[in-house]
Amino acid sequence: MIKSDRALHILNMATAALLIVATGLVFLYAPTERTMGAVQRVFYFHVSAAWVGLAAFMVTFVVGIIYLRTGNPRWDRIGHSSVEIGLVFTIMGAASGSIWARPAWNTWWTWDPRLTTYTIMALIYVAYLMLRQGIDDPNRRARFAAIYGIVGFISVPITFFSIRIWRTIHPVVVGTGGGDAAQGSFAMTDPMRTTLLFSVFTFTVVYVCLLANRVRLEELAERVEHLKARLLSA
Amino acid sequence: MIETRALAKNFGLKPVLRGVDLRIEAGEFVALMGPNGAGKTTLLRILSTLARPSFGAARVAGFLLPAQAEQARRRLGVIAHQPLLYGDLTAEENLRFYARMYGVSDGARLTEWLERVGLAARRRDLVRTFSRGMQQRLAIARGLLHDPDVVLLDEPYTGLDPDGAALLDAIVQELAARRRTLLMITHDLAHGFALAERALILARGRIEASLRRDEIAPAEFARRYDAVVKG
Amino acid sequence: MTQSSRGERLPAANSSPAAPARSAAGAYWRAVSAVLWKDLAAEFRSKELLSAMLVFSLLVVLIFNFALQLDRAARENVAAGVLWVTAVFSGTLGLNRSLSQEKDRGSLDGLLLTPVDRSAIYVGKALGNWLFMLLVQAVILPVFVVLYNQPMLQPLLLVFVVLGTLGYASVGTLLASMAVHSRARDVMLPILLLPVAVPVLVAAVQGSAGVLEQRAWDEISQWFNLLIGYDVIFLAVAYMAFDYVVEE
Repeated sequence: MIKSDRALHILNMATAALLIVATGLVFLYAPTERTMGAVQRVFYFHVSAAWVGLAAFMVTFVVGIIYLRTGNPRWDRIGHSSVEIGLVFTIMGAASGSIWARPAWNTWWTWDPRLTTYTIMALIYVAYLMLRQGIDDPNRRARFAAIYGIVGFISVPITFFSIRIWRTIHPVVVGTGGGDAAQGSFAMTDPMRTTLLFSVFTFTVVYVCLLANRVRLEELAERVEHLKARLLSA
Repeated sequence: MIETRALAKNFGLKPVLRGVDLRIEAGEFVALMGPNGAGKTTLLRILSTLARPSFGAARVAGFLLPAQAEQARRRLGVIAHQPLLYGDLTAEENLRFYARMYGVSDGARLTEWLERVGLAARRRDLVRTFSRGMQQRLAIARGLLHDPDVVLLDEPYTGLDPDGAALLDAIVQELAARRRTLLMITHDLAHGFALAERALILARGRIEASLRRDEIAPAEFARRYDAVVKG
Repeated sequence: MTQSSRGERLPAANSSPAAPARSAAGAYWRAVSAVLWKDLAAEFRSKELLSAMLVFSLLVVLIFNFALQLDRAARENVAAGVLWVTAVFSGTLGLNRSLSQEKDRGSLDGLLLTPVDRSAIYVGKALGNWLFMLLVQAVILPVFVVLYNQPMLQPLLLVFVVLGTLGYASVGTLLASMAVHSRARDVMLPILLLPVAVPVLVAAVQGSAGVLEQRAWDEISQWFNLLIGYDVIFLAVAYMAFDYVVEE
């Protein structure tokens, strides 16, 4: 992402603006939910963060494949940055889910499929970062990271299915009521739906913005290293 | 035959090979020399298909690397300073394993090689009971039993006692007589220059000199080597 | 030409250097079996891996016994779980050591120099690791019959053991071949492998438990299918990815 400083600046401003609007929507526009009350507003934040966590992993998967085929280190930089940012969002998603779960289900944690798969996904993220940390050769590090990103991402849906066949108590949200939903599900009205979609969109933009900044930082750092090496060997 | 054009290899940001051009004709015996860290082993690893170049092209035994690496490996033999053997297998089992991997089905050849490197008596002994010198001898057999056209040697005399060194000298000269292409990395200037027809000097990531044995005297060679390496 | 004191000349040159025309598939499987045989032969001489895996498995079973303090009924419930935890931990041990050995002796280079498809090396190694896990299980299962009083030696349960260990060994071999290059090599493999192997664990435990509790095939079949799906998918992924692991 060779964005000029100016373009990046504009992106940063736009992202900030979107965040303000989204916050406004969540607290002022969306109605208060009947059963759960104000705490339900965490839901918009939670779903958006969770979605970004998953999307970031998807990006790492795709970019990993591209890196293995082309060998261009830029793709590795994007993958690495995506994992870092994705991990943060995944933790935020889990934390916000937990905050929401306590009043809604009267428990901080449950071992339902989505939540469990989420935790495992976070662990795969962490493993990815640890793998990178432990390898010195840059070329090997990038290759191994790409491979693990691919393997890890493929395992996530399989993990989800395996645990879902095992048990389910995560509420069915998008849609009305639901036969297999336990307590904690709710029907969404139109303003809620709008708020949710806007929140998800905003968070996606935040992700892209953070990614662009992070990759640029990485590129600048590498250029400094390069110049240093040239200077020392001259 | 070995040929490279503008071959370069970087490890991260550090350039090790900075554009190596060389051409070794089929049947030539060339010694590769240079100071530590010049990139000799890296060059050999690329030519033996164990590593990929960062830039440039290479052709070994008529095959383009890295695209046709698998075909090239069929015609390549490598004798390194590490024996690359399995300690828990016998000498015979080691050779038989490699024979299978190279598609050599002639069992008699294994026996011949064991005798040639002087290990026929120890064929059923585990390699981890061998001394360093014996392991290196077995490594020679391992590297050559599929009768490669191109033989790459990386300091192959490491660990060999005088007898073993004489054996390797003889084998290497026979290979040269049979018009096999040989490229040998060595630190022993005099010895290398005496064996090979030509010496390439790799310094600072490039081939800085190519000296033919029939053109200069050994004493002069040592002087020229120093001059090139000092830059 | 100087003549060495031993032998006279080099073995006769092969006048037709090309290998006799055999199908590519035949050559591939020959390479796989060569690698597999080599690993098995070497291991049976030293018994380094198998003894470590076996002793470790027995220790884990013992520790569970003390840690869980179960009554007889509860113990029967957890039998499947303990079995698979044991398999997973000892499997990790075996995978780690198997690939460390190759790397430390530099013998992987020897393999990579041979004119065989890289993936054949992977398949050979993965099969070897799988067989080691199965061998350990062959000893551990009777122990379980005794300690947990469960009919462990039923064919259907053995099917789950076979499929589960296959899935674990296939992903494990790929990840172990990466982990050995890392600095914290011993802990790296479990950190990489366990999150990704969760489906295997879940399916294997649930399937095994289902068999022991004599559930209907309909219930158990979904675990069976999941394992098959996982095995196929990850064998394919590892097969394609191994090339990128060993190239430099």
